[in-house]
Order: sequence, then structure tokens, then C-alpha cells
Amino acid sequence: MTGLSFDISHLLAGALVLVSFLLLYQNRLFALLNVFALQAVVLSLSVAWQAYVQAAPHLYVTAAIALAFKAIIIPVALHRIIARLGIDRDVENVVGIGPTMLAGLALVALSVVVMLRVVSEADALAREDLAFALSVVLLGMLMMVVRRNAVSMVVGFMSLENGLILAAAGAKGMPLVVEISVAFSVLVAFTVIGVFLFRISERFETVDARALDRFQGDRE
Amino acid sequence: MTAFAFDGVTTILALPAATAALLAFLPRYRVSAFVNMVSAFATFLAASSFFLIKPASGPYVLVDDLNIVFIVLNTFVAFTTSVFSASYIAHELEIGRLTPTHLRFYHAMYQALLFAMNLALVANNIGLMWVAIEMATLTTVAMVGIYRTNEAIEAAWKYFILGSVGIALALFGTILVYMAARPVVGEGLDGMVWTTLIARVPEFEPALLNLAFVFLLLGYGTKVGLAPLHAWLPDAHAEGPTPISAVLSGLLLNVALYAVLRFKLLLDANANAIAPGPLMATLGIVSLIFAAFMLYRRRDIKRLFAFSSIEHMGIIVFAFGMGGPLANFAGLLHMTMHSLTKSAIFFTVGHIAQAKGTQKIADIRGLTVSHPTLGWSLILGVFAIAGLPPLGIFTSEFLVVSSTFARAPWLAIPLVFGLLLAFGALILRLQGMAFGEPTPGEKHSTASPLPIAAHLGLVLMAGLYLPPPLVAWFQHVAALLR
Repeated sequence: MTGLSFDISHLLAGALVLVSFLLLYQNRLFALLNVFALQAVVLSLSVAWQAYVQAAPHLYVTAAIALAFKAIIIPVALHRIIARLGIDRDVENVVGIGPTMLAGLALVALSVVVMLRVVSEADALAREDLAFALSVVLLGMLMMVVRRNAVSMVVGFMSLENGLILAAAGAKGMPLVVEISVAFSVLVAFTVIGVFLFRISERFETVDARALDRFQGDRE
Repeated sequence: MTAFAFDGVTTILALPAATAALLAFLPRYRVSAFVNMVSAFATFLAASSFFLIKPASGPYVLVDDLNIVFIVLNTFVAFTTSVFSASYIAHELEIGRLTPTHLRFYHAMYQALLFAMNLALVANNIGLMWVAIEMATLTTVAMVGIYRTNEAIEAAWKYFILGSVGIALALFGTILVYMAARPVVGEGLDGMVWTTLIARVPEFEPALLNLAFVFLLLGYGTKVGLAPLHAWLPDAHAEGPTPISAVLSGLLLNVALYAVLRFKLLLDANANAIAPGPLMATLGIVSLIFAAFMLYRRRDIKRLFAFSSIEHMGIIVFAFGMGGPLANFAGLLHMTMHSLTKSAIFFTVGHIAQAKGTQKIADIRGLTVSHPTLGWSLILGVFAIAGLPPLGIFTSEFLVVSSTFARAPWLAIPLVFGLLLAFGALILRLQGMAFGEPTPGEKHSTASPLPIAAHLGLVLMAGLYLPPPLVAWFQHVAALLR
């Protein structure tokens, strides 16, 4: 791999991590969705670049899925749901923005330390790609933990999944990447959008996960 | 053999898939319940044929001595559960908790779940296995939420979120395994084929494998219901339809455990990687003791037995974590016995909850007087699950404890402590439910005692006498597991 294509891969993977940080401090739902769409675009570019570099045409399919599904369809659908339910208000965080960002930094540092030690020197691209991917995964998880709102939990999960797709695309010659990205899209689309938000909204008139906490375990 | 040669693997996959598609369009619930049963039975027969004709393995499909045990157990319990389900849903329809439309969806999902679980068990490709387990998660999420009460929705949501995070971690681990394999076996399909991986794993980079296993253990461990990651399990068991609780406890937990075992074998085969055993044994014992304490505070009968599932999965994971022929043998036996007993208990509990119209333990009293069959089945089931002789779980628990005493005596102390704790909690709860002045409820129950009797009969038989061919088979598999 030449120096330039290596750098471009890095740039795109790094941009993905950066957008994950942007997601962490969005406090309006619409803004959150826009940033998520941006992340999907970056992911799609990154996967397409991998497809080109590795001469692996099937990865273009994954890139196309990311672009069509996650950058356009899901954000638009969520946008509509939020607008219809009239819940375009601020997102409440369990933890403040400051500590969240610090925790995010710590997680990125952790994943870099872990991955760089583990993967051999020989495969520098894969190694650093994995470090970026793990960062995105952990940041997505962090977002799921610090947000109470069901929509932003879903966005957190989808951004976590973006990290996984990045890792799968970066693993050169990995089979089943397309199938896995399809399976994930089904996971996200079917359950979240189709069933749950609808049902939750039907019941609670709010998509705040705290409304669900009324029922906890079998305390009476 | 002719071109139409019988292919067991295709059958156990195609049959549930085709039935799922068919059931989605069958409007009459009596017919679909019957089709569901027949199809599950045919799948079980096809799976049993593996003992006679062992199917050939390919890059996607693998049937070896280890997963035959899982597949046959899986299809058997799936069949008996479908029998139980037929009588259970008839009652739910009567009292209006479910509508015929729900039932169409329910039956289609039931078969889709069987397809996904069978696929996960026969998959030779670790990516395919992941996709199958993801699919099984999705179908169960849909079924847990089927009652659409607030509690059911919360349970399904919790299950979905925690399950998805677990699944995501497992995928990251799977990718890491591929990354470890790539320099050795080359790019492409081979890097994900388990039989290729196990042959070449000694040359893999150990550090990468270690990291992969941590992700896989946490990921699939979430689905096994191991202690710090178990939060979805009691809710999903308590709020969904009872046949689903039986399938979750009896089958889906085993499928996730099977995935963990496959990766444990990889780690074991690489001399420089960390030993996966201690990690698993620790998680197992933590789950056991945690669940044993939690048993005392349960007020909901299905939750009680859900926590008991966590406890038993803890014992099984602990046994496999200890390793060695005896502990592995005990783990396999315990897994089989737990699947049979726990699903029998859920069958009983499903009918009890319907007869008494509640799941609250406090409102269920005097079962032996008001519903003798159900009451005594519950007593027998709880005796079995608590590990009283002469039932099968006593045998397996005894083997786990004695093998632990022989190899790491200090570990046997928390193990026995946890077992006794759980025993006390279960007997305490049982006493109130089985005896005393009966609480009001329906006189007649539509219970079909056959599946309960079949399971408990097998458990009793295993406690009294294990047929030598079965012992030889389990010993052979235990040796494979190292």
C-alpha cells in the first residue's frame, strides 16, 4: 500500500472517531440525527476507500448500504417520528457533557493502548484501523450509557455498529462483511424503528426511557 | 445413495424455515399449532438421524460429536415446548390476552427461532454463527414483547438493548479472530472456518486471540446470562409468553454457551494464549452466588425460575471452565439435565399462572390441594432443580463438586455455599406455593401433562441409571473439550 492511500484510510477512520465525539455532546435530537447522518457518510466513504484499495468490489455494497440506509433512510425516518411525536426538545444526559467527553478521551486512549500492543507491527494499517474502530465502538457504548432518551440510545447503538463495520471493512479479505452489514441493518431497522419506538410512544407519549423505569424488577 | 439422499442438516434448517413461512399465512390457530408441533417433531427426528448417519462437513456446516448433543437436545425440547405451547395459547386466546393475529406472528416466529438456533449450532463459519445468534435474538425480542403491556415492552426493550450490545461485542471478537487467522491461513473464507482455525490455531498470534476471547466471552456471555451481564434475563423470562421462557432457558442460553465453548477450544489449542478456563470459572461462580442470593427476594414465580437459570448456567460455565474429563462430563450432563428440568418447570408454571390467574408467589397457595397434578409436578420439578437425589441434577452437581474438590479444593467452598443457598431459597418458596389453604382460581386447567411428564421422567431416569452408550458418548465429547 502506498503512502497516500494509507494516509487517506487513516484520515477517514480518524474522522469517524471525531464525529463520534461530536455525537457525544449534541443536546438536541435533530442535531444528533444530522451528526449521525454525517457519521454514516464518513463511514461509507471509508468503506468505499477500502473497497478501492483492497480491490474488493463487494465492499462497495457495504458502502452503499451505509450511505443509503444509515445516512438517509434512518435519519429521515427518525426525524419524522420525532416531529410527529413532538419530542424535539433537549436530550437529558445522566452525566454532564464535560465528564462524558473526558470519559470518551479515556476510552480512546484505552483502545489505542490495547490495540497497538496486540496487533503485530507488520500490519500497520489493520492495527491502527482496529484501534480507531474500537474507539468508535466504545464511544457508541458510552453514549448509550449516558443518554436517557430512547432515540439517542438507538443512535448510540448505530454509531457503535458503525465502528464494527469499519473494523470488518479494514480486516483485509474478510468474508461475509456484506451479509453482516445487512444483518445489522435488519437488526436496527426492524426492531427499533418499526416496532419499539411506535409501541413505546403509543404507551407513554414520550420516548424517555425513564418512563419505562416505573417498572423495575419485581419490587411492588 | 441416490440423488435424493436424505440430508439431515438441510432438513433441520429447511424444515423450520419453510414452516415459518407457511405459518405466517395460516389463519386458523388450531391448525397452525398442530403444524408447529408436527414440524418440530419432524425436525427432532431429522436431528436424531445424526447419530446414525453423520452428515459431511463443509466450509459452512459442521456436525461433530460436540454439537450433536446440543442439536438433539435443542430439537427435542423445541418439540415438547410446541406441545405445551398448543395448550397454553388456547387458554391465552380464551381470556383474550392474545388475538389470532398475534398467534400467527407467534407461530411463525417460533419456527424462525428454531431455524436460527439450528443454524447457529451447525455453523462451521464463525461469521455465520454470529448472524444466526443475532437472528435468534431478534425473534425472541419480538416474542417477549408480544403481550404489549408496559412491562412486556420494557422487558423487550431491555433485552434488545443489552442483547444487541452483547452481539456487537461478539462481532468485534469474531473480527479479531479473523485478524489473528489471516497471516496464517490467508485471506478469504478459510479465515472464518472453525475446522480450519482449530487446525492452525497454534501458529496464531496469542495476544490477538486473548483480546478476541475477552470480547467473545463478554458478548456471548451476555446471551448466556452470566452475572454482571444478566439484567435482561429475568425480565424477558417473566414478561413474555411462558413457552418462550421455556425456550429461552432451555435452549437459547445453551446455544450461546455453545458459541463460547467453540472459542474456548481455539484458545485451549494455542499454547501461548491465556487459559480461558479461569475466566469462565470466575464468571460462573460469580453468577452462581449472585443468583442464589437473588432467589430469596423474588416475588414473581417466573422471575424466581429465571434467576435459577442464571444460577445453573453459572454452574455449567464453571464446570467447563474447570476443564478436564470429569468436569466437562459433569458440565455436559448438567446442561442436558437443566434444559429438561427447567423447561418442564416452565411448562408447569405456565399452567399454574393460568389456573391461578397470577404470577405473584404470594397469591399462589395450596397447589397440591387445588390442582394436584400441577402441584406435584412443581414439587418434583423444584426438587430436581434444587439438586435433590435421586434426580439427574443431583448426579451432575455431585460430579461438579467432587471434581472441584479433587483439583481445586478451595474453589469448592464457594461452589457448595452457592448450591446450598439456592437450595434453601427454592425449598422456602416451594413450601408456600405447594401447601396450605388454596387460593381461589379456576377449577379446571387445560394442562397437557405429557411434556412435563416426559421431561421429568427423563431427568429421574438419568438420576437412577445413565445408559452406558450415553455415558460413553458424553465421555468422548468431554475428552474433545479438553
